[in-house]
Amino acid sequence: MSAMTIDRPAGGAAPARTAVKPVRFHRVLLSETTKFRTIRSTWICLTLGLVLLGLFGSIGAFTYDGGGAGVTDGPPGIAGRPLDAVSLALMGLSFASLVVGVFGVLSTAGEYSTGTIRSTLAAVPKRLPVLWAKAILAGGAVLVIAAAGAFTAFLIGTVGLDGEAIAVSLGDEGVLRSLLGAALYLALVAVFGVALGALLRSPAGGIAALVSILLILPGLAMLLPDSWYDTLNPYFPSNAGGAAYALTETADRLSPGEGIAVFAGWVALTLAAAAFRLKRTDV
Amino acid sequence: MIEARELTKRYGDKTVVDGLSFTVKPGEVTGFLGPNGAGKSTTMRMVLGLDAPTAGSVTVNGRSYAGHGAPLHEIGALLEAKSVHPGRSAEAHLTALAQTHGIARGRVDEVIELAGLQSVAGKRVGAFSLGMGQRLGIAAALLGDPETVMLDEPVNGLDPEGVLWIRNLLAKLAAEGRAVLLSSHLMSETAQIADHLVIIGRGRLLADTTVEAFVRETGTGAVRVASDEAGRLRALLAGPDVTVSGSNDTELLVSGLGAREIGRVALEHGVPLHELTPLGASLEEAFMDLTTDELEYRSAPADGRSAR
Ligand SMILES: Nc1ncnc2c1ncn2[C@@H]1O[C@H](COP(=O)(O)OP(=O)(O)OP(=O)(O)O)[C@@H](O)[C@H]1O
Ligand SMILES: [Mg+2]
Repeated sequence: MSAMTIDRPAGGAAPARTAVKPVRFHRVLLSETTKFRTIRSTWICLTLGLVLLGLFGSIGAFTYDGGGAGVTDGPPGIAGRPLDAVSLALMGLSFASLVVGVFGVLSTAGEYSTGTIRSTLAAVPKRLPVLWAKAILAGGAVLVIAAAGAFTAFLIGTVGLDGEAIAVSLGDEGVLRSLLGAALYLALVAVFGVALGALLRSPAGGIAALVSILLILPGLAMLLPDSWYDTLNPYFPSNAGGAAYALTETADRLSPGEGIAVFAGWVALTLAAAAFRLKRTDV
Repeated sequence: MIEARELTKRYGDKTVVDGLSFTVKPGEVTGFLGPNGAGKSTTMRMVLGLDAPTAGSVTVNGRSYAGHGAPLHEIGALLEAKSVHPGRSAEAHLTALAQTHGIARGRVDEVIELAGLQSVAGKRVGAFSLGMGQRLGIAAALLGDPETVMLDEPVNGLDPEGVLWIRNLLAKLAAEGRAVLLSSHLMSETAQIADHLVIIGRGRLLADTTVEAFVRETGTGAVRVASDEAGRLRALLAGPDVTVSGSNDTELLVSGLGAREIGRVALEHGVPLHELTPLGASLEEAFMDLTTDELEYRSAPADGRSAR
C-alpha cells in the first residue's frame, strides 16, 4: 500500500487526456437516439405499428362489400359510426395505437426495470433533458411510421374501393387532414406511453395504464349518468383523439382541431406529472 | 475528491446513513468498509445525486454532482446494482454514455480494451458473466477520464486475475493523482489496496483512519517470534515504529516490522529462532470487533462469537 503512493505527481490533478464536453440537450438527444436504435423492442414495435396500419387498412378496402355496415373495430367511442374510405384505411389504428404506446412505455419504464436509469441519470444529472429527448424521439419516429402506414393503407385502399360509392381521393375535403390527424394522434400516443412509463416506472404498470385509459375508460364511462356521460365523453383521451382523424364531424364529437388539442392536453398533463416525479424522487 | 458533511438518509423511519462525514482525497485509495446493510451503497448513490440526502450534503470536487457541466469527467462510478440494458451491446451502452459528453468514439474503444472486453464488445450485455458485467461497469466508470473514481464492490464476481487487475488499476489511478473510493466488506482484501479507511456500521462512522494506523492501533499485523535469546532479539528489533511485547522470556509479539525483516535481523546477528508467525487473520477480527455491535444482519450464533 505504500509502494503505490510514492511517485505521485506534485500537482495531484489527473492528467486530462480525454476531451470531454459539457452535457447539452443536443448531446442528450444523440445519446437517446443511440439507445433507441440499439434495442430490439424499438424495431419490433415500429415495424409492427407500420404493418398493422398498412395491412389492416389495405385489407379493409379490398374486403369492403358495399353493404353499408358500420365500423366494428376501434375504441368504443369510434365503433359504430358510418363507414367511409378513411375509416376503412385506418382499420388498424387502434391496434397500432397500443403498439406505439407500448413502445413509448418501454422506452422509459424499461430503463427502470433494467437499471439503465442509473447510468442515464449519472450522465445527465439534470434529469429532465432525458425525458424531453425520449418524448421527442418516440413521438417523431411514430409520426413518420404512422404517416407512412396511414397513407399507404389509404392509397392501396383507393385501388380496392375503385368504383364503390364511398371512394374518395386524397384531394377530397378532410381526407388529408384525417390521415395526418391519425399520424399525429399515434405520435401523441407514443409520447403518452413515454410519460406513463416514466411516471409508473414499471413496464407492466405503464402498459396496463395505457390500455385502461385508451380502451377501457371510454367503455367504463357509460356507467355514468346520461347527462354526465354526454358532457364528458368527448373529452376522454381516445375520444378526443378520435375526433382528429374522423373524416366527418358529428355533433357528439369535438372538432378535429379541438380533439387533437384536448388529447395533447392529456398527454402534456401526464408528461408534467412524469417530469415532476423524475426530478423529485430517488431512483 | 469527495466530501460528505453530516450526510443522512432515512427511508421511512429507518435511518440508513446517519450524520456521516468523511473526505476522499486525491492521490489515495480510500477503502469504504462496513458490514452488509451498513449504508455504503446508499452513500454512493447520494454522491451521484441518484438518491437525495434527507439531511447534510455531499460534494464532488467542491460541488454537488448535478452542479457539474460534465459530471462524468468529475467522477466515474461503478454501482452495486446492474445499470445496463441487457438487450444492448457493451459498445452501444458505452457509446450512448459517451455521446452525452461529446466524448470521441476512440475513447470508447480505449476503455473497452482497458477492461479487456474487445472480444465481447458487440454482444448483448444480458449474456455477460458476472465478471464481464463488472468489467463493463468499470469501463463505463473510466469513460470520462474522471478525477475521482468510485467503485462499489468492484471485485465482486471477479476471478483472481480480475482481482489483481483491479488492484493494479486502482493503484495506477491513485498514482495519477485521482481520488479513489472503493467499498468492500472484506478488511483483509481492502487493506491490500487502500491507503485510507472509512469504516461505517449502521450508517454511522466508526473509524476514519489510515490503513497503517488501523493496523498499528488494533495491534494486528503483528508477528509472533520465539527464540531462546528473546531478550537479545528484543534489543535488536527496537526502533521508533516498532513495539515489542513479550509474555515470557522466549516469546515476543512484534508489531511494526514484517516477518521477513525480523528473520533477516535475527540471521544477521546469529539469533536462533524457532517460531516466526505473522498474525494476519487478526485484521479481519479487528474489523469484526469494531463493527460487531453495528451489525444490521446478525447471523444466529454458530460458534458463540456472534452471540457475545
Ligand atoms: N430504496 C430503499 N428503500 C428502503 N430501504 C433501503 C433502500 N435502499 C437501501 N435500503 C436499506 O438501507 C440499508 C443500507 O443499504 P445499503 O445497500 O446502502 O448497504 P450496503 O452497506 O451497501 O450493504 P452491502 O454490503 O450488503 O452492499 C439496508 O438496510 C437496506 O435495506
Ligand atoms: Mg452495497
